[in-house]
Amino acid sequence: MSATIQTLEPAERPPTTMGARLEGELMEVSMGPQHPSTHGVFRMNVALEGEIVRKLKPVFGYLHRNHEKIGENTSYLGSMPYTDRLDYFCSMTNNWAYALSVEKLAGIEVPERAEYLRVILAELTRLQNHASLLGFLLSDMGAWGTPLMYAFREREKILDLFESLSGSRMMCDYMRFGGCRVDATSDWMERAKKIVDAFPRFLDEFENLILSNEVVIARTQEVGKLSADLAINAGITGPMLRACGVNYDVRKVDGYGLYPRFKFRVPLGEHGDTYDRLMMRALEMRESVGILKQSFEQIAAGPIMNPKVKIRAFRPPVGEAYGRIEAPKGELGFYLISNGGTNPYRYRVRPPSFINLTVLEDLCLGHTVADVMVILGSVDIVMGEVDR
Amino acid sequence: MIGLGILKGMAVTARNFVGSYFEKDRLITVQYPEERSPLPENYRNFPFLPYDGDDPEAGLRCVACKICEKECPPQCIYIIKSEDKKPDYMGKPQFYPAVFDIDISVCMSCQICVEVCPFEAIKMDKVYELSRRERFDALLLRKGELSKSNIYYHSICPTEAAEVDAKLAEAAAKKKPAPPASPAAVAAAPPATA
Repeated sequence: MSATIQTLEPAERPPTTMGARLEGELMEVSMGPQHPSTHGVFRMNVALEGEIVRKLKPVFGYLHRNHEKIGENTSYLGSMPYTDRLDYFCSMTNNWAYALSVEKLAGIEVPERAEYLRVILAELTRLQNHASLLGFLLSDMGAWGTPLMYAFREREKILDLFESLSGSRMMCDYMRFGGCRVDATSDWMERAKKIVDAFPRFLDEFENLILSNEVVIARTQEVGKLSADLAINAGITGPMLRACGVNYDVRKVDGYGLYPRFKFRVPLGEHGDTYDRLMMRALEMRESVGILKQSFEQIAAGPIMNPKVKIRAFRPPVGEAYGRIEAPKGELGFYLISNGGTNPYRYRVRPPSFINLTVLEDLCLGHTVADVMVILGSVDIVMGEVDR
Repeated sequence: MIGLGILKGMAVTARNFVGSYFEKDRLITVQYPEERSPLPENYRNFPFLPYDGDDPEAGLRCVACKICEKECPPQCIYIIKSEDKKPDYMGKPQFYPAVFDIDISVCMSCQICVEVCPFEAIKMDKVYELSRRERFDALLLRKGELSKSNIYYHSICPTEAAEVDAKLAEAAAKKKPAPPASPAAVAAAPPATA
């Protein structure tokens, strides 16, 4: 951390809650981009009064890779492997969001088995993303190792499933326009069922491990409160919005894929603090396990690719489309404009973690530096998606 | 009571610690260089060029059509078409790649080249211990390093290789009404180019 002493004119000095005796200079501290708790290369310029945060300015762009411009200069299919690298924890949902928007653009039907496979893989992704998020959040609070290792153990099993299906653990590149690339064998389905059946045991243990822990409660409750009004106005989506008590889940609202066929509830929080955001992930994992069990029962044999879709020289008609899904981090959307060529004319990503990060200052004001790390952890960011 | 939550957490830790000695589910670590978990059949890492028969030059299925070079998202394939033609296994004169390079420091193993290839001439490999002392020329694989025999392909992906051989044999049979007697030669023939 580098520190500079900054003197403010009395007029622009923010009001202090700690009485007149602390009236002094604000110290501007640059946290990151190499800070271990910033989940990658994220930097915050915080102005501190003692240990209290008075101003916070996020600085993005250390991992900018020109994703959107690359997408405009490669073919539609060529962007698919790049979407894996947006949010590298959830490549399956990224693939799905991109495939969905191209399918909307070109009016492509997807076979039923492929839709079931997509639901299964997206929910497995949600399980592993939320499990590792809880692990990271706890290691941000100082519980180094144990919870993260337990979460990564479960994630490892799911990544092995991804590897044996798609060929790669994280860069899956699995979905194609009009279906999926490889069919799942019955052997794979059995393995997946076994892992999903064993998952609630991990959830029970994890909840015993952390959720009643006094230290976790003291560090998270009433920390980083987000009001429902601000969340809606700032465009927050995903578990962070639902932790404020707003019932908005793209799976229910849009009913994309086959989600209307499944019975599941959307967990809602009440206070919008860090503890609610943490609980939201734990509860969502239970619902995901329910969806997975239903889809294992319902999935039937059939084709997994729409035979009409060409791999090479794929040219969607002139038009525009916005496809969105409920990714583990929030609403992930791809906006595409086609001018009839092989490349999109405009390619835009609506990344959930970037937009969820915009309220970071409002969450952190008045809290200590140590709380900033916890609040940042509960937002659930991946810098590959924030900076693109 | 304060502290109860911490004790509950400790109990979970103890259960996991003891359980890791008895349950495979609780300890999934593999001691890497000594032990290796088997690779799944679908595993993919960097492309290679399978050839039929014994000669890597003559048996190469690639006809230098440059489709993979064009479709490769990070543009890591570099092909120069030959001036002359050489006969393939069916005796039909075909172009061949005079130069075929893949820069594996750029390649992201997306296997789009495999999907777009109409000649089954490029497939995904399973090698993963690829560290080199130098990061420019050593990571640029030339045609000689990329060519690997069809037998090797059968050894890494038995199911997929058998499917490919069947497909090629079918295409060869369609092209020639009287297929050659030996199944190996049939399997080795490239498909119809039309």
